[in-house]
Order: sequence, then structure tokens, then C-alpha cells
Amino acid sequence: MAKRASPEVNAGSMADIAFLLLIFFLVTTTIETDSGINRKLPPMEESDVDVVIKQKNIFTVLLNGKDQLLVEDELMELKDLRQAAKEFLDNGGDRTCDYCSGKKDPASSDNPDKAIISLKNERETTYKTYIAVQNELVAAYNELRDSRAQSLYGKSFKEMEANYNDVNWPGNKEKLKEQIEQIKLDYPQKLSEVQ
Amino acid sequence: MSKFKKKKDGGVPAVNTAALPDIVFMLLFFFMVATVMRQNTLMIENNLPFADQVEKLDKKDLVMYIYAGKPSENYKQYGTEAKIQLNDKFADVKEIAAFIAAERASKREELIPFLTTALKVDKGANMGLISDIKQELRKVNALKINYTTKKGSVFGRD
Repeated sequence: MAKRASPEVNAGSMADIAFLLLIFFLVTTTIETDSGINRKLPPMEESDVDVVIKQKNIFTVLLNGKDQLLVEDELMELKDLRQAAKEFLDNGGDRTCDYCSGKKDPASSDNPDKAIISLKNERETTYKTYIAVQNELVAAYNELRDSRAQSLYGKSFKEMEANYNDVNWPGNKEKLKEQIEQIKLDYPQKLSEVQ
Repeated sequence: MSKFKKKKDGGVPAVNTAALPDIVFMLLFFFMVATVMRQNTLMIENNLPFADQVEKLDKKDLVMYIYAGKPSENYKQYGTEAKIQLNDKFADVKEIAAFIAAERASKREELIPFLTTALKVDKGANMGLISDIKQELRKVNALKINYTTKKGSVFGRD
């Protein structure tokens, strides 16, 4: 008796269908994650106690409606801002900061812990300029932290944070966290915005 | 008559494509898994500014998006001033509080402290609008914010 072979299903167009779906998903995919500058807003409650801060410990950055930059009462270009902020933060005027490499100018900030950057902008300032200024100020902090981390632990701060967030990093995370906290303590990010 | 037939010369044998669907399916599954569909249809121009000191914003489920910018070409009837967009429609500054509350309600309770508000603002917008948004966010105690930017140098762009 002859064996009746079941007819084969023609799968020739399966590839076409799969391609169609593939192209659809290729087009709709957004793999990249968003990135940006993280900030923390101050809480709402008003404190009645006025904290007295010495004028020399405040680094004022003013952005006017025409996107011009006034830093410590002087006009400044955006490209010079990072360096100026670094010099201010790293000044170490009261000589308590043994890791600061600044000029130790008594007329500038006492130490990185006391130094505050105050940013004020007008309502007409464009967002682009504001972000550029924020970026430069954050960069000043990051560069200082980087060099501090480099001298203490022999790697950059960015690298340390990347290691900390990396699940596969083989080192001791507890210790790394302590080190990161230490550097954050050495150069605390004190960036206040005037409303 | 020889037992060994001479091979026919010439004519490249056809490439076997039976495994092609398998490969394509493999790619297909990869993209299906990796795909995140766009959540909102933008009604505004959203040309983000550049910055290079950026941090990644992963954990997409813990992010609330607030868009702002000029109404785009198709929505000119709403004027040329920068506006806020929440979900799929234009919104007023006062609606932010309700929006945050709704977003919080949709998340698990233990995740609420980790929620971040991502501000996706067009680079041409002015800071008045942003200040208003920030003020609203402070009122509802949503203090973690992220200015979403593109990665690149801030200089030499106009």
C-alpha cells in the first residue's frame, strides 16, 4: 500500500512576512535612553531664619533677558565661566582646605564647603542659555571632583560612579560608595537658584 | 558507459535560503523586545538643547514627562508662544499639580519617592515658563527633576 505523504506547506513567503514585521519594529524602535542634567528643587517651606552668608562665599551668576552673562559684577563669556567657577570653588581662602589647589585669595571663598554658587535668571532668558550655564557650573564641580578622585584613588569620579552603577563590577561596592561620598563631601554641590 | 558520471560544469549551485526566516525571526524578536513605543504624540516643537555633563535617565517607568515649546506647524491656531504639553494635549501651568497626582496614583506606592520629572523643553523657550513649572513642582513636592538634553558640547551652536 502506498504511503500517502501529507502535502508540504509552502513556507516560502514566511520570510517575507517576518521581514515586514521586522521592518515595522525597526522603524518604531527607540533604543536610546534619555539623558540630561539632574537637579533637585528646594522644598517649599519657607524658613524664617535668615542664614548669614559672607558675600565673599557667594559666586553670583546673573543671566539677563538678552542671554548675557554677569559673573561677580563683570561681564563674562560663557566659555570662561567654567574656569572662573573652578577658581572660586577651589580657592580655599581660610587655609582649612588642604586639598585645594587654588590661589588662597582671602577675598574669595573660604573653602569648598562654604562656597555657594548663586544663579539668577530673568524670565526672558532662553532655555538654551540657561542649560548651557547650568552645564558649565556642573562641569566645574565635576572637574574638581575628578581631580580629587584622581589624587585620592587614582581614578576619575565619573569612572567611580560608573563602576558603582555597574552590576558586573567585581570590586567592593561598600567601600566604593564610601569613597564617592567622601568626594561629594569634599566638593559639595551648592548651587542655589534665586527665584 | 562509465559508472562515474562526469560532473556537469558551470552553473553555481543555488544558495540554500531555508535558514533565512530563522535569522529574520531572531532579529524580529530582538526588536520586538527592545521596542518602546512612543508614549506621547508631540504637538509642540521639541528641539532639545545640548549639554555634556549629562546623566542617564534609565528606569523609564519612574519618569514623568513634561513637554514645553512652541506649538508645531499643525497646531498654529494655538498661537506662537511656548506652551506646556502633558500627555497628549496642551495644558495650563495649573494643571501640572493634577498631572503629577495622577502619575503618582498610577505608580506603586513604594516607588513614589523615586519618581523623577523630566522636563523636555524646546531650546527656544524662555525661562519664565520653566520657572512657573518649577514653582508648581515645588508646590506638589516633586523635587527631583531632570532637564533632558541632547549630548554634545554647549558651544558653537545656534
